Amino acid sequence: MKILVGIKRVVDYNVRVRVLPDGSGVDIDGVKMSINPFDEIALEEALRIKEAGKAAEVIVISCGTDECQQQLRTALAMGADRAIQVKTGSALQPLSTAQALLRVIEREQPGLVILGKQAIDDDNSQTGQMLAALWNRPQATFASKLVFEGEKLTVTREVDAGLETIEVDLPAVVTVDLRLNEPRFVKLPDIMKAKRKPLDVIPLEELGASLASNLDITRYAAPPLRQKGIRVENAAQLVQELKNRGLL
Amino acid sequence: MSEREIMQYDVIIVGAGPAGLTCAIRLKQIKPELNVAIIEKAAEVGAHIVSGAVIEPAPLDELLPGWRENPPPICVPVAKDELWYLTPTGRYRLPTPPQQNNHGNFIVSLGAMCAWLAPKAEALGVDIFPGYAASALHHTGDGAVGGVVIGDMGIDRAGVPKDTFTQGIEIHAPVTVIAEGCRGHLSKQLINQFKLDQHSDPQNYGIGLKELWRVKAGKSVPGLAQHTLGWPLDSSIYGGSFIYHLDKDRIALGFVVGLDYKDPEFSPFEAFQQMKHHPMIRNLLEGGEILSTGARAIVEGGYQALPVTEMPGAILIGDAAGLLNVPKIKGTHQAMRSGMLAAEHLAATAVASSAGFDARLRNSPVVKELHKVRNIRPAFYRGLWRGFVAAAIETVTAGKLPRTLKLHADYSALKKLAGYSPPDRHWVERNLPPRDRLASVYYAATEHDEEQPIHLQILQPDICITRCSEEYDHPCTRFCPAGVYEMVEDSNGKRLQINSANCVHCKTCDIKDPYQIINWVTPEGGSGPNYQNL
Amino acid sequence: MSKILIVAEHDGHTLNLSTAKCVSCAKAIGGDIDIAVLGQGHDAVGAQAAALAGVSRVLMISAAHLAHPLAANWAPEVLQLAANYTHVIGPSTTMGKDLMPRVAALVGVNQFSDVMEVLSPLSFRRPIYAGNAIIDVKAAEGQKIVMTVRTASWPATGSGGNAVVEQRTAQGTAAGHSRYLALNSAGSERPDLQGASKVVSGGRALGSAEGFALIYRLADKLGAGVGASRAAVDAGYVPSDMQVGQTGKIIAPDLYLAFGISGAIQHITGIKDSRTIVAVNKDAEAPIFEIADIGLVGDLFTVIPEIEALLG
Ligand SMILES: Cc1cc2nc3c(=O)[nH]c(=O)nc-3n(C[C@H](O)[C@H](O)[C@H](O)COP(=O)(O)OP(=O)(O)OC[C@H]3O[C@@H](n4cnc5c(N)ncnc54)[C@H](O)[C@@H]3O)c2cc1C
Ligand SMILES: Cc1cc2nc3c(=O)[nH]c(=O)nc-3n(C[C@H](O)[C@H](O)[C@H](O)COP(=O)(O)OP(=O)(O)OC[C@H]3O[C@@H](n4cnc5c(N)ncnc54)[C@H](O)[C@@H]3O)c2cc1C
Ligand code: SF4
Repeated sequence: MKILVGIKRVVDYNVRVRVLPDGSGVDIDGVKMSINPFDEIALEEALRIKEAGKAAEVIVISCGTDECQQQLRTALAMGADRAIQVKTGSALQPLSTAQALLRVIEREQPGLVILGKQAIDDDNSQTGQMLAALWNRPQATFASKLVFEGEKLTVTREVDAGLETIEVDLPAVVTVDLRLNEPRFVKLPDIMKAKRKPLDVIPLEELGASLASNLDITRYAAPPLRQKGIRVENAAQLVQELKNRGLL
Repeated sequence: MSEREIMQYDVIIVGAGPAGLTCAIRLKQIKPELNVAIIEKAAEVGAHIVSGAVIEPAPLDELLPGWRENPPPICVPVAKDELWYLTPTGRYRLPTPPQQNNHGNFIVSLGAMCAWLAPKAEALGVDIFPGYAASALHHTGDGAVGGVVIGDMGIDRAGVPKDTFTQGIEIHAPVTVIAEGCRGHLSKQLINQFKLDQHSDPQNYGIGLKELWRVKAGKSVPGLAQHTLGWPLDSSIYGGSFIYHLDKDRIALGFVVGLDYKDPEFSPFEAFQQMKHHPMIRNLLEGGEILSTGARAIVEGGYQALPVTEMPGAILIGDAAGLLNVPKIKGTHQAMRSGMLAAEHLAATAVASSAGFDARLRNSPVVKELHKVRNIRPAFYRGLWRGFVAAAIETVTAGKLPRTLKLHADYSALKKLAGYSPPDRHWVERNLPPRDRLASVYYAATEHDEEQPIHLQILQPDICITRCSEEYDHPCTRFCPAGVYEMVEDSNGKRLQINSANCVHCKTCDIKDPYQIINWVTPEGGSGPNYQNL
Repeated sequence: MSKILIVAEHDGHTLNLSTAKCVSCAKAIGGDIDIAVLGQGHDAVGAQAAALAGVSRVLMISAAHLAHPLAANWAPEVLQLAANYTHVIGPSTTMGKDLMPRVAALVGVNQFSDVMEVLSPLSFRRPIYAGNAIIDVKAAEGQKIVMTVRTASWPATGSGGNAVVEQRTAQGTAAGHSRYLALNSAGSERPDLQGASKVVSGGRALGSAEGFALIYRLADKLGAGVGASRAAVDAGYVPSDMQVGQTGKIIAPDLYLAFGISGAIQHITGIKDSRTIVAVNKDAEAPIFEIADIGLVGDLFTVIPEIEALLG
């Protein structure tokens, strides 16, 4: 079985993201870029599945400009076997990404596709679900545990009400949550080995995917600051105030 | 634990600052067949670099002719120099000393410049490994340095390997180039081990704090390089500020204080924040926002403190050797020059060798420059005004007077509480951000896995609670710019709480602690600040 | 005029509060509001949905394969209904986040995620970068809108409505490749810190692990989750999985009560999206008061027992 793992290049989670004064975007001048942390967890899971003998090959894929090759190389250094860059001129919105991924899936025929539950830049949380819809295959989102039984996969999902388990037939799309695993560190010699692993570049046009129209971002703004509230004098006033606001 | 994996290189360089990167680029320019690697503890090249920085471009011209057509991302020619002496509310313009004449120089973000140099080195075939700390030295059978050991990753607080445990590898090479910058973790070990400083004065340091601001449109004057002396410091403390006006309404604002200050209650961070409230600077900052903050020690000993820079199997370059020119407050050109010199030296023999590097360095313009200005910094030991007079004399005579002032170690300068009362510095109530060190360190975006072992080792913890309480009242809680050290008293009694995750790797504690019981070691690779354009 | 369809979230018996919040968002868009309630044998839920103020019709669709909200089974059903609407809305809960993008892909549009404000029937405001930036996003004229609603940004609409309840038959069949097995709800003990609607948190001021018992007691009285500052974790009063903040958990409860927490920015980062923040601290200058909705300057060791007494 092949496993396909999505890798998105995003602003590192340690970066203090700031909106440009003119509201035209966020300031990404000189900021650190990384693999989306959820995608790293997805890759770790794929590697563990392979190491357990349940998969033959782990392929990482990123849709983006040439800069995303940096993140693909890191993914190869973590242990992926090969990488595919779907080369685009600018960032794709989720439906277009799903459409492009579907075309690659048709070529590669993976048994499992693992993605992060969301990318920490746009926070959209759409791509995996959309891909499953277009592919007409099962989706198991927010996964915190995967168990294989033959051609079936039992997935524990972190839902608001607790932990839900579902069973899906393969091939399927899984999106992963934080608690699934802790990704490995890259070993230094593996960085060198990764330089020799295959990285195929496929121009988006060549995939022949017809892309959905984009939503238009018209303005970026900094979040409103929290305002200083009221002072109460004692516990009784506090409890009364909370009751007044319907919080108790 | 299993045998460590080994990688072999012709030259291994520790630190991707200007010194290390320049050395690597030059090596490959001269001898492309050499295998060269750079180890960098920051998650990305440049992310641990704090500098002003007004740089002298000559070494860059030499290294990369044509760089001016494709300059680093922040690079503004200096248009005008100003030096001000500040009183609590007023200011006096001073003539710019010749060392600080910046005509022809450029204001850059040194961090961004290093991130710009790194791909140039990679294009020449240098392997750069950001995110890995050189945590120990590898020695060959005959005691020479044979390379470095990369720190293990995935160890918990108690030192037990976790699921993610990844053993660090060893990198072997005939020569290890130590380019760790000021007060390096390996440099410190090597200087002790090989007694490299036995014939030189103790090294002197300063602490530099920096903030990058975006000010209200129209307030900055791109290319203006301002320096101040005086308030908020009293004349017994060596230090001052820099205010560099960049493009896009950005201002690089910093404060440098000699770590030979005597007042145990003094806080360099607080002094920096005070300085921002001088009317001249407050006007500039009001209505703006902080983009990034950082802190880093600066090496200030110069000529007298210059250690021997070679030992079997290794050499020291850049700030790791202490090559910064203090009166100029510039070390970048020195770091780059020494990097090129090292490359030329290492490429000259069939197998790279450290032997003879020290002599080559001492005969070069790098050390000549230090010799000229050797008496200026120590002249300030006795106060600002006497320092000025002496500095003027040394400058006029170009350091040719046949005398050399002695240095003393910074940690020994601190006065005990009993019998010391600090002068009134006329400090004011402040309201510009950040309100405190925790708010400041937020903009340094520092990050350490909190489960890892504490990388600030206290060699004799009992001293903190016994002697230090009485003698100095825990100066670590004040000189650390990141609020790493806290004295806490709770049901478990009084103890030193070390918030190691706050650390921005400035190395001040390792230098200034009066008992010399704080040992800074490298944390897990990739930990530490994530500076942006500092 | 807009025709808006809301996909209800429920557990078979009770309508989830998030649905009432979606109605508020739908009202902000303006237009005719219907609610689709998919499930099996879930009539009680239909009645609850019909009682929400501002709703015109409730569409009940009952079938065995719809008993649990499996996106693969629900999405085609919602797609069928969507034909008659300009807007299809779900909550930004794990259920809505699972289902709605699958619907959007079937419709053939990108989704608006986590809508916090309506600017026009085609234009919406939403957070990105974990709330560190807010964007205005617009769809092309005539495009069908599929969105999830950020529940923390919207009040629940009131009751008193009287919508028509219509029974519809399911159009599709089970996808066959996906099966629901079980739900292990968090149980009856203390709610999970991350999902709790109320959280009581303690800082270094608690002074010891024993001192922290005060926090647990109050939390249990309120049915709240328990959090802590890093200082309290580092001092060993509580385990590290209770840490709230930059390196701990990022939470957004309806009510966050902080006792003896100074309010360092790294802690605030973890709670800034909470609906209401209450701070009790004996230092009137503590930074937490800058952002608290309700502040009380006082000693937590006297204030907490007083609150408990008042709660009875
Ligand atoms: C506030 C301030 C203002 C300054 N202003 C100016 C100015 O205006 N002009 C000027 O020319 N100079 C200025 N300097 C000085 C200048 O920044 C330094 O001289 C210069 O950075 C030295 O370069 P370097 O390569 O030797 O060391 P650094 O720049 O310090 O680089 C060392 C690198 O090594 C890495 N490293 C260290 N130890 C290890 C290890 N064990 N393993 C792996 N990696 C390691 C570090 O992370 C770092 O990236 C200023 C310095 C400060 C602090
Ligand atoms: C990189 C980094 C990451 C960090 N991550 C986190 C994080 O994830 N979470 C986090 O919480 N912190 C984090 N911090 C630490 C943070 O900066 C603060 O140090 C920490 O939150 C302080 O905890 P505290 O408020 O409990 O303690 P303190 O700052 O010591 O405050 C205790 C407060 O209790 C008050 N008090 C004392 N006694 C009483 C009493 N009897 N009654 C009422 N009030 C009393 C005091 O007035 C004071 O305000 C991080 C810091 C850094 C640099
Ligand atoms: S702990 Fe030491 S090295 Fe770290 S920030 Fe504080 S003074 Fe600097």
